[in-house]
Amino acid sequence: MATQVLMPALSPTMEEGTLAKWLVKEGDTVKSGQILAEIETDKATMEFEAVDEGIVGKILVAEGTAGVKVNTPIAVLVEEGESADAAPALVAAPVAAAAAPVAAVAKAPVAVVSKASADWAEGTPMKTMTVREALREAMAEEMRGNGNVFLMGEEVGEYQGAYKISQGLLDEFGPKRVIDTPITEHGFAGIAVGAAWGGLNPIVEFMTFNFAMQAIDHIVNSAAKTNYMSGGQLGCPIVFRGPNGAAARVGAQHSQDYAAWYAALPGLKVVMPYSAADAKGLLKQAIRDPNPVIFLENEIMYGKSFEVPDLPDFTIPFGKAKIWREGTDVTIVSFGIGMTYALEAADKLAAEGISAEVIDLRTLRPLDYDTVLASVMKTNRCVTVEEGFPVGSIGNHLSAVIMERAFDYLDAPVINLCGKDVPMPYAANLEKLALVTTAEVVEAVKSVCYR
Amino acid sequence: MATKKAPERPNVSKEELLSYYREMLLIRRFEEKAGQLYGMGLIGGFCHLYIGQEAVVVGLEAAAKEGDKRLTSYRDHGHMLACGMDPKGVMAELTGREGGYSKGKGGSMHMFSREKHFYGGHGIVGAQVPLGAGLAFSDWYKGNDNVTFTYFGDGAANQGQVYETYNMAELWGLPVIFVIENNQYAMGTSVKRATKSTTLFGRGLAYGIPGEQVDGMDVLAVKEAGEKAVAHCRAGKGPYILEMMTYRYRGHSMSDPAKYRTREEVEKIKTEKDCIEHVRDLLTQGGLASEEDLKAIDKEIKAIVNEAAEFSKESPEPALSELYTDIYA
Ligand SMILES: Cc1ncc(C[n+]2csc(CCOP(=O)(O)OP(=O)(O)O)c2C)c(N)n1
Ligand SMILES: [Mg+2]
Repeated sequence: MATQVLMPALSPTMEEGTLAKWLVKEGDTVKSGQILAEIETDKATMEFEAVDEGIVGKILVAEGTAGVKVNTPIAVLVEEGESADAAPALVAAPVAAAAAPVAAVAKAPVAVVSKASADWAEGTPMKTMTVREALREAMAEEMRGNGNVFLMGEEVGEYQGAYKISQGLLDEFGPKRVIDTPITEHGFAGIAVGAAWGGLNPIVEFMTFNFAMQAIDHIVNSAAKTNYMSGGQLGCPIVFRGPNGAAARVGAQHSQDYAAWYAALPGLKVVMPYSAADAKGLLKQAIRDPNPVIFLENEIMYGKSFEVPDLPDFTIPFGKAKIWREGTDVTIVSFGIGMTYALEAADKLAAEGISAEVIDLRTLRPLDYDTVLASVMKTNRCVTVEEGFPVGSIGNHLSAVIMERAFDYLDAPVINLCGKDVPMPYAANLEKLALVTTAEVVEAVKSVCYR
Repeated sequence: MATKKAPERPNVSKEELLSYYREMLLIRRFEEKAGQLYGMGLIGGFCHLYIGQEAVVVGLEAAAKEGDKRLTSYRDHGHMLACGMDPKGVMAELTGREGGYSKGKGGSMHMFSREKHFYGGHGIVGAQVPLGAGLAFSDWYKGNDNVTFTYFGDGAANQGQVYETYNMAELWGLPVIFVIENNQYAMGTSVKRATKSTTLFGRGLAYGIPGEQVDGMDVLAVKEAGEKAVAHCRAGKGPYILEMMTYRYRGHSMSDPAKYRTREEVEKIKTEKDCIEHVRDLLTQGGLASEEDLKAIDKEIKAIVNEAAEFSKESPEPALSELYTDIYA
């Protein structure tokens, strides 16, 4: 019987891809396991193998076609002597439980951005780029500018980065400055800290921050504390960076937000950008900072595009929150991917006549208390949004500070929205439930507004 | 790796050969089906296929007895099938359904079965190595003669905790078999790019642990080495290391661009060293089974796998109330 070949999902976060090249043509006989086509995802070009055997009856999607959705029929395989028209009606078989990658559409800043938090002069030329490109550019620029900056980590060189952040860097800077390590996080993190004491500026990429737990002793006990213990002699100019938080359906050991953990530690600086402009400006700043900086990225955000100032040297200082949207009724404070839900919620709330001010903390240590307090004193209400666990969250800490310093201004208790208090489940329906959502933000805002 | 040997008639029964054939084929067909379901979006997240390495688990399980324990990394589907876990429950875990071994909460990388003494399914590279020694510690403590098969990759072999574990396992004489599945690559990093050591088992010698390299594409060689290691452990002589020389045919996970090796390299191993073809040749050329006999087995396996796939689609998603269960014992 004729069978359809469907556009495959080739990664946890893939929703669509480009059919880069067909390696078979109509009439060819294919064996199971044979490479049919090359498919480009946002991460890589991948080979796509045949599952069934048969004859290529018809190619339905021409090579070079971009934006082909997962599960779209791309070809029909027939048996000897059968016509391609015998194929059943071309219905993709989307499945109720199909991997539903967390919808995270990056939003252009629609509403007024406060003048006070503008990071570049009005009229600055802008270019569109993804968070991935922004991070890559930041590293490349700093490596060009300072010969002591080097990158080390698993698969950062020849493989071009597990998530393609370091793509092209090995070619430009060579293997002495773009160093592939064995899988030995505790070891190479310690080596990098020693190298920083020796006068170099390492950037350590953790394939994901889940694996930094193997190395957390060197991050905390060696990098964060030694300047203090040495009476200021041994600063540690190092950046630990990589994706943090949940990706999509990768389960409990691979889906954790460490923002609050690292933000709890004196001696560390902690950055968690949302937009591409912030990713670039803050990463450049992190590489120049004389202290250990934890730079928390997010896999789902890597492919999202934003406007980034087209400037030869653009940095963003630590400790300055960004007001993405001004409002009068409530303050929503978030950071990283949480901003996606905060901004979406603000749009929805605006349609219902509630004016939300949305603040992106950008750096969690130092933390811009003043911007948050000024906003809460204006709106008298606050909701915090983050992906991490609810006990000991960034929101908990902010609530305490707001209570101490703005108690008389509050018209409602502060609500902290977080991920649920459970290890991340794998099942699609449970994972959705475990993560914080836009609907929860809308509901929390209404509740603090008594609406 | 040695090139393909002319099929000889080893000292092994027809029944034994047929059972290896059947078990290896089950893993291969199961994994092919899993890859297919992944492409359709029925399986999400990471999914690491075991295709190519089947002889390792099938050969070692042939050397195990009831009560022996095993655990491995995220590349775990083959280990579960080989120790007798139900293909339906494994596939339903891959699709995240109620009927899965972890009720859909664990996924491809995290499954367990106390009944079959399978202790996971671990996502952090190298973490299962001390855990395996700990399971062996429990048998040593209780004074029985069970052993624990602790599987890990060539990449994992560079983690520091492996060596901390070697030291204690030999010091205390723990009945643990460290099985290094050397499939030549850790994601895109070949063994040669990760270490100057010429063998991985050899590192155990520094701690006093005996070991050897084994042709992991030859199920009979694997079984023989497994029996030797098991005898060493059961006799109370402490740990043993088996470095299985093997190869993974597919990408590291589903999203692997595979630019670090050539298509020719993969094809060469597939044609010269395939573990299933090897047993197939022994059976047919030794006159122990006809093409017809093997076709019947293929059909039987296909039916088991299709049934597992159907079950994994029909089993419902876990109830939403499951979100908050099982956090504490
Ligand atoms: C501590 C840790 N670091 C990195 C990773 C990411 N990672 C997952 S599998 C893998 C490669 C492991 O290779 P190997 O041990 O040879 O096992 P194989 O995949 O070949 O079975 C890496 C780097 C991880 N899961 N855990
Ligand atoms: Mg390997």
